[in-house]
Amino acid sequence: MKYDILLCGVGGQGVLSIAAVIAQAAVMEGLQVKQSEVHGMAQRGGAVQAHLRISSTSIHSDLIPKGAASLILSMEPLESLRYLPYLSKDGVLLSAREPVLNIPHYPDLDSVLTVIQQYPRHLIIPALEIARKIGSPRSSNMVLVGAASKFLPLSPETLKKVIEGLFHQKGDGVVQSNLSAFEAGRRES
Amino acid sequence: MEKMALLGDEAVALGAVHGGVSVAYGYPGTPSTEIIEYIQRFHQQRPLAVWCTNEKTAYEEALGASYVGRRALVTMKHVGLNVAADPFINSALLNIRGGLVVVVADDPGMHSSQNEQDSRFYADFAKILCLEPSNQQEAYDMTRDAFDLSERFQIPVMVRITTRLAHSRSGVNPSPPKAENPLLSQVDPSGWALLPAFARKQYAQLLSKQKGLQTFTEQSPYNRLSFPGKGDPSSIPFGVITAGIGKNYYLENLDSLGKELPHLHIGAYPLPVEKIRKLAASVNRILVIEEGMPFIETCLRGVLPHGIQISGKLDQTLPLAGELEPDLVRKALGLQPREGVPLDSSFPLPPRPPQLCQGCPHGDTYASIKNILKELPEAVITSDIGCYALGAVPPLAIPETIVCMGASVSMAVGAAEAGKKHTVAVIGDSTFLHSGITPLIDAVARNVPITVVILDNGTVAMTGGQETILPTGNLPALVRGLGVDPAHVITIEAHRRYEKENAEILRKEIQYPGVSVVIAVRECLETARKKKSQKEIVE
Repeated sequence: MKYDILLCGVGGQGVLSIAAVIAQAAVMEGLQVKQSEVHGMAQRGGAVQAHLRISSTSIHSDLIPKGAASLILSMEPLESLRYLPYLSKDGVLLSAREPVLNIPHYPDLDSVLTVIQQYPRHLIIPALEIARKIGSPRSSNMVLVGAASKFLPLSPETLKKVIEGLFHQKGDGVVQSNLSAFEAGRRES
Repeated sequence: MEKMALLGDEAVALGAVHGGVSVAYGYPGTPSTEIIEYIQRFHQQRPLAVWCTNEKTAYEEALGASYVGRRALVTMKHVGLNVAADPFINSALLNIRGGLVVVVADDPGMHSSQNEQDSRFYADFAKILCLEPSNQQEAYDMTRDAFDLSERFQIPVMVRITTRLAHSRSGVNPSPPKAENPLLSQVDPSGWALLPAFARKQYAQLLSKQKGLQTFTEQSPYNRLSFPGKGDPSSIPFGVITAGIGKNYYLENLDSLGKELPHLHIGAYPLPVEKIRKLAASVNRILVIEEGMPFIETCLRGVLPHGIQISGKLDQTLPLAGELEPDLVRKALGLQPREGVPLDSSFPLPPRPPQLCQGCPHGDTYASIKNILKELPEAVITSDIGCYALGAVPPLAIPETIVCMGASVSMAVGAAEAGKKHTVAVIGDSTFLHSGITPLIDAVARNVPITVVILDNGTVAMTGGQETILPTGNLPALVRGLGVDPAHVITIEAHRRYEKENAEILRKEIQYPGVSVVIAVRECLETARKKKSQKEIVE
C-alpha cells in the first residue's frame, strides 16, 4: 500500500498540524511515513505545502513525484489548484471552501470552485463554516482531517487518538472541540 | 530504544546528544534552526545548547570546548559558514581534541536564502572530512560517527544536509547513548597556536592526514558501489553516481526503470576515487545526481578529454539551479513523465508570496519611512536579512538592497561617503547584534551621515522566534557606548497610532548630517502569540 498526500494552504492556517496528525496516526498503525514540511520565510502568509507519504513498504523520496498523489488536501480553494500536477489519475481533490484573500488579484471564487468541480473525484468542504457552527472556528483544520478520513488508509479511531494526544496539554475543552470538528468533517464527506 | 519520527534536523540533534556532545552552539538560520531547538526542548539538563551572537562566535566557542577535551557541535545555514569561514578553515590546522562537528544546512532552491552555495566545496577547501546523509537515519548515525572520526583524525568533521532532509520527518532507530568526554585538567597547547612557524608545521600535518582520510572514504560503507546481478552488459545504458538525497530520487524511479544500474552512492568525502574508477570501468556514460552545485561532476570532468561521457548539471541533463526533485531525476534517467489528472492550464494562478503579518510592527515603521520618502526621492534605503526584507516588494517596496547579514549599515556608510546625502539602513535587532555593530563603529569613527533604523521586535522572527541574544531595551545603551551622540539615539514605539510622530522624528534624523540611530520597538506579533499560548498551557 502506498498513499501520497499533498497538503497545502496559506502560511498560518495550520497545514503542518494536519500533516502531524495524519503522520502520527500512520506511525501508530505501524506504517512507514515521510513528511516534508516548509519552514522559514515561506511560512509568512505565503503558499505552503507539505508532502506526506504513507506506505507499507520503504519510502525513498521525501517529495511526492508528479502524477502520484492519492489526495490533495487543501485548506484554501485557490491553493488546491496550484498542486494539481501532483494528483494521480484517480486521486481525490479535497479543499476547504473559504478563500484567504491576502493577495491583490484573487480570481473570482466561483470560477475557482468550478475548476475544482471539473475533477471527477472532488470534494469542497465549508470547513470554516462548520467549525464556526460547532463554536470552534480555530479547528477548521480538524474538520478537514475528518473529511479526509473517509479516504485515508487509516482508522478514524487512530486519528481521534492522535487528536486527543495533540491537544491534551491545552485541556479537555480544546480536545472536545477538535474531536467534534473531526466528526463534523467526517459526516460532511 | 524505540523508533522515533524525527525531522532531519532533529535526527542530527539526537545523534549529537547520543554521540556524547557536551556543548552545542549555533545561530538561527533556515533550514538549520531546529537542531539547536530540539536539544533545548528535549534535553534541558545536558548538553548545553545555546544561540550565539553569530556563526563566527558559535564556531569559536565550539573550538574552545574541543580544546579542553569536550565534544562540541556547531550548527548554521550555508551562508552562516561564510561568516564562520575564518575559524572554520583555520581549525583544520589544529590538533582537534574533543570531537568537533560542524553541521551546515544548505538551501538549494533558496526557499529562505540569498544564494545556493554548496558547503561541500568548503569542506574540500579546508581539507576535512564531510559526511552527507541521504535520510533521517543516516543523519542520526553520521552525526554520531562524525564525533568519533573527528577525534580519530584530529580534524573538524562537517555534516552537510539540505533543506528537504532538514525539514522532512521519518523514522529513526536510536542507539544507546554515549557518555560525555571528561574535561581535561591538564590541557596540552601544542598544535593550537597558529603563529606562522607553527602554522606551517600544522599545515604540513593536515596535508599528511589526507591519505588517511582518502583510505577511510574508500573503505567506508557510506560510499557504496553496487553492480546489478549478472546479465547482458550491453543492455546497461549507463552508470549512476548519487550523493545525499539524490539517491532517494534515483531509487524512487527504479520501478519505472525496470532494472538496477551500476550505482555508486557517495556519503563521505573526500571523493572515493578508486570506487569511481571501478564504476567508470564498467560503463560508457555516468549520470551524476547530486543535490546542490555540481561538486562531484566538476571533479570527474576535469579539463582534459576522456573516454567516458559524464552527464549531470554541467550538460543540463539536470538543472544547474534549484533543488532536485523526483521528476527532474526521472527525466534525467530517460523516463517519460507519469500520467496524472488532465490539467486545465488556462486558469490563471496568481502567486502568493510570503508577506509581513497583518499589524506587524515592521509594517508600521515602514509606513512612517514611506511618508518621508515622498519628500526625499533621492534617498538610499539599504536593508538586511530578516522578516523586514519582505518590505522590499509591493505594496511597501521600500528597501533597495538586501545582501547579507549586517550589510545594510556598511552599505549605507559607503553610499554616504560616495556623496549621497540621505542614506538609511533598516536592520533588525538580532541582525544588528550579529554583524551590524562593526560597520556602525566605522560610521562613528568617521562621522558618516547615515541613519540606522533598528527594528527591535525582541526576537529572531523569520526563523521562528528564537530569543534575541540581548533582551529588548539594551540597544540604546549599546549604541551610545559605541560613541553615537546620545541626542541622536532615539527610541520610538513602532505602532500605527504614532505613524505621524515617528515620521517626524525619522525626518529630522535622516536630515541630520551625522550618525543617528532610531530604535523602533514593539514585540513581534507571532512571538507574543506564542508566549500567550505557552502561558495558557502552563495555567
